[in-house]
Amino acid sequence: MDVRGRGVLITGASRGLGAALAKELGARGARLALVARGEQALAEVVTAIRDAGGQAHAIAADVGSKEDVYAIAGAAASLVGDVQLAVHNASTLGAVPLRLLADTACEDLERVLAVNVIGPFRLTKALAGPMLLRGGGLVVHVSSDAATGAYPRWGAYGASKAALDLLARTWASELEGTGVRFFGVDPGEMDTEMHAAAIPDADRASLARPADVAQRIAEMIRDDTIVSGALLDATAWRVER
Amino acid sequence: MMPAAWPRDDPRATRLLHIDPARRTFVDGTIGALRTLLREGDLLVVNDAATLPGSLSGVTESGAPLEIRLGGEQADGSWRAVLFGAGDWRTRTEDRPAPPALAPGATLRFGVLTASIVVVDEQSPRLVSLEFDARGADLWRQIYRAGRPVQYAYAARALGLWDVQTAYAARPWAAEAPSAGFSLTWDLLLELRRRGIGIASVTHAAGLSSTGDATLDARLPLPEKYDVSVATVAAISATKARGGSVVAVGTTTMRALEGASSAGRLVAGEGTTDLVLGPLTRRAVVDGILTGAHEVASTHFTLLESFAPRPLLERAHAFADALGYLGHEFGDAFLILGPREDRS
Repeated sequence: MDVRGRGVLITGASRGLGAALAKELGARGARLALVARGEQALAEVVTAIRDAGGQAHAIAADVGSKEDVYAIAGAAASLVGDVQLAVHNASTLGAVPLRLLADTACEDLERVLAVNVIGPFRLTKALAGPMLLRGGGLVVHVSSDAATGAYPRWGAYGASKAALDLLARTWASELEGTGVRFFGVDPGEMDTEMHAAAIPDADRASLARPADVAQRIAEMIRDDTIVSGALLDATAWRVER
Repeated sequence: MMPAAWPRDDPRATRLLHIDPARRTFVDGTIGALRTLLREGDLLVVNDAATLPGSLSGVTESGAPLEIRLGGEQADGSWRAVLFGAGDWRTRTEDRPAPPALAPGATLRFGVLTASIVVVDEQSPRLVSLEFDARGADLWRQIYRAGRPVQYAYAARALGLWDVQTAYAARPWAAEAPSAGFSLTWDLLLELRRRGIGIASVTHAAGLSSTGDATLDARLPLPEKYDVSVATVAAISATKARGGSVVAVGTTTMRALEGASSAGRLVAGEGTTDLVLGPLTRRAVVDGILTGAHEVASTHFTLLESFAPRPLLERAHAFADALGYLGHEFGDAFLILGPREDRS
């Protein structure tokens, strides 16, 4: 999909990969509706995109809250028109430092599922209807190799990403032939606040920069030959420069 | 007809009465019968307006409580609104106390959101234009935070925003839900498409159904904003060219399509229509209508007379009532559509 002039919604856009992807797609001419809880940080991202000549609006909201879903969808449609691309990037690790499942509070798992699975599902439901009417649209799930890895202490997060992956594949299967496409992408390990919270002693020099990963994901978005329902690995994605 | 007090768990169970104005017959079924009642080459047009959280409770400068119901944003950025006195949705709209008298310049507070009255209608002082003190994303955030969807006294409990959206809702333009679409699931819409029945959309700022003021109610529907896309105009032209029928989902879709027509030709773009549909309406675009089972006394029913004579509609309504059809926003449905050879 060529994002130029199109309505694009990105969740978790105030920091890390979300902010980098917002700047990348803003530079490519997207009309951005950016969602995050952190109002101040989100405003700074919006200002940076506008200063660079892009179009962006800040929607301060919590993807994990049922009350906020129509507020996000309604505000986005009003501010940028039809949302033709939605990137579900917002996610939570749950309690940090990460814990064994045996030590994970059930309420923590509930919150992880609310933000990482149910929130994206609610928002997709609110956005996919108009996409189906117009016969086109793209929904991207930011996933993780924890969806398949069964890494110790990553159980709550990993289970949520596994569920998100299956949702992407099932949406794709159910909506085949409608022009509305889905894919999941594992961005790989990046130098972000979230990564530092999960693995405080990581060697930062070995981590990818969010801006580089954002560029790869932007190329995936541009590539209409990607089969709907695909689960992609950003670290293996080649970007032509 | 008994009102349905709550949205259905499964919209596929919605009952559908097909009224054939040419043969003067009606047949009972469920909404799934659209699969066979519509034919390859027909076009279903929906109103994709999302429902606003348009009911805001607040206070005047002197602290008098009131409710406003937003009628939508106007071209100059102001909002049309109807004022109601103290009370809530448990009281029928027509039984609510009158709002306090307000003059232009008066300020209203809804939590952190503030609005000032710009214009007060000469005939009905509860109809106003107002301006909010916020703009853009900030205004939308405050409206969604402070507002709730317009409530109905017949509802079992307070309605959330998710109870009043269609499966394809896009821009939040509707003061009240374009409820004829509640019965349409994507399961059904995608199957209709596979059968060669087109699905197109307009956006129409469906207004308030009731204002609590008889004088103002008599003026409904007020002029309403619509947007008809180039794609929808093309889909309708193609449908007409191949002899198919254009079926409007709901009276608001019909108002947009006929209102956007000039000298029998549908024109793409945004506009405002003051068209009031009735028995004498000469339809330029719409051949049939899928609509909720509303009361015989309503203006809604008058509109349906542009498709079928009143005695037939009244007989169909009584027939549906006897079968236990439910009325109002979350109720059952009528399809008024003649056989293709007789369609205009």
